[in-house]
Amino acid sequence: MSGAAFSADPLPGKVAVARRCHPSLPFDVERVRADFPALEQTIHGKPLAYLDNAASAQKPQAMIDAVTSAYTHNYSNVHRGVHTLSQRATEAYEGAREIARRFMGAARPEEIVFVRGTTEGINLVAHSFVRPRLAPGDEVLISAMEHHSNIVPWQIVCEETGARLRVAPITDRGEIDLDAFEDLLTDRTRMVAVVHVSNALGTINPARRIVELASRRGIPTLFDGAQAAPHLELDVAELGCDFYTISGHKLFGPTGIGALYGRFERLAAMKPYEGGGEMIRSVTFEATEYNDPPHRFEAGTPHIVGAIGLGAAMCYVEETGLDAIAAHEHELLIHATKRLGEIPQVRLIGTAAEKAAVLSFVVEGIHAHDVGTILDHQGVAVRVGHHCAQPLMDRYGVPATARASFAFYNTRQEVDRLVDGLHQLLEFFGP
Amino acid sequence: MSDLREIYQEVILDHYRKPRNFQALDAATSEARGHNPLCGDRISVYLVVRGGRVENISFQGAGCAISTASASLMTEAVKGKTLDEAKALFHHFHDMMTGPEDDGEVGDLGKLEALSGVRRIPIRVKCATLAWHTFKSALEDDARNAEPVTTE
Repeated sequence: MSGAAFSADPLPGKVAVARRCHPSLPFDVERVRADFPALEQTIHGKPLAYLDNAASAQKPQAMIDAVTSAYTHNYSNVHRGVHTLSQRATEAYEGAREIARRFMGAARPEEIVFVRGTTEGINLVAHSFVRPRLAPGDEVLISAMEHHSNIVPWQIVCEETGARLRVAPITDRGEIDLDAFEDLLTDRTRMVAVVHVSNALGTINPARRIVELASRRGIPTLFDGAQAAPHLELDVAELGCDFYTISGHKLFGPTGIGALYGRFERLAAMKPYEGGGEMIRSVTFEATEYNDPPHRFEAGTPHIVGAIGLGAAMCYVEETGLDAIAAHEHELLIHATKRLGEIPQVRLIGTAAEKAAVLSFVVEGIHAHDVGTILDHQGVAVRVGHHCAQPLMDRYGVPATARASFAFYNTRQEVDRLVDGLHQLLEFFGP
Repeated sequence: MSDLREIYQEVILDHYRKPRNFQALDAATSEARGHNPLCGDRISVYLVVRGGRVENISFQGAGCAISTASASLMTEAVKGKTLDEAKALFHHFHDMMTGPEDDGEVGDLGKLEALSGVRRIPIRVKCATLAWHTFKSALEDDARNAEPVTTE
């Protein structure tokens, strides 16, 4: 193969970095739908209405192509090789880090650590940053609407150190009770970790206010941004938090990849999370010198192609335009809230004033699993269950809910199909 | 919706709306609790076993149409059976629910055959078998408050 053939083939990392990623065309839902091959299929003979985006989002062709191209033409291990393919792979991988920096609004790429997902991001912070700072009687503060991934890591480090996990209550509408939250910030609070957008309720939490309240007392903050990243423009530097972590798969990217933002001074002061290759500067049997952030936290061969795919997904979202995405989804939220409100047997769980397009609901007399099965037979994919937030379900006294969660490729017609499906469900189950 | 009718047969909807033997039994000789953490379904099965026979059986709990109907149908099916017959019925039912879908022979399970359509939705099979696993646990362990069984 000639060199010309290679140079004609664009490097995904290079192209993505070079792109300015400004939205070039006005938002058109039919045009964006055409970018997502999975949306074209039928389920039980009906067009798929994919309303399970809070669990995981479908993938645009541009992202799939970036992954295929990386494996097909530009694949090798990163950071060590002097040969051409290794240089290309390294450039694409580090290019993806730069895209993630820009997407999240970090000051420098060294503040972006590639992780498996939000769960690993939280665990990394819990073990490398918080655990060494915890003494018996110290406290970690979370909220009552957390996903299990922002509960269990803190329980583990609290149990190991004798610290206490405190939980800020939420109101019936599904908003953090900020007065109670503030009262729970004490001179023993070592960490505040809160979800930015709730996957189960859709609540958009007042992140800036939470940072203000915590940082006034010198308490570091972490946000679980898994659900926020696909819907809100992120700017971690402006927000002023210490850590912010997201998942690729909810952001139209691959599974198994995510990003953790950590303020550089924090990362630089932290011990490694895992030991291995990549995270070291020099190793002898007597002592090891650790690499600088972010590599200090990326032991072993990283998920190279995952990161490249994540970068491509972020570019896709930027090109689509987060303002346009937020506007379209808000319209879907308004429409869906109105239409579901017309069904007397439907009760919404989570009615915060600031909400993302997530509607959790229960149908009187009908279990969520039956709701899910019957909607599925009409091609409407919703999530049913506890949404990895069992304490939250207990808070509302329901074992499970059905949840319709929207992305920018969803339409008003799909909202109407959900509502039609619920009418059929009610008819099916009878009085 | 026609294949939904094969899953949610009228007998299932009927037993969901009006579950039979839906009560606690103070005189129970054994009792077991079951839980499906995936959907939050909880069930308690109460047994009165005398002379090697299931003299009485009842259940309580909250669950989906399939799990509630399955529990209700189960209580009707095993009441009055000898312990050996009841255990054989458990295995027969279990085989029906977990066997391959194209296995047309489900045997003679009477009204319980109404649940055979659930096989088409593998994730819901556990809804149908929760009550039976709980029943089996109650048969095997006479101690009250035995460890809850789980279908997860």
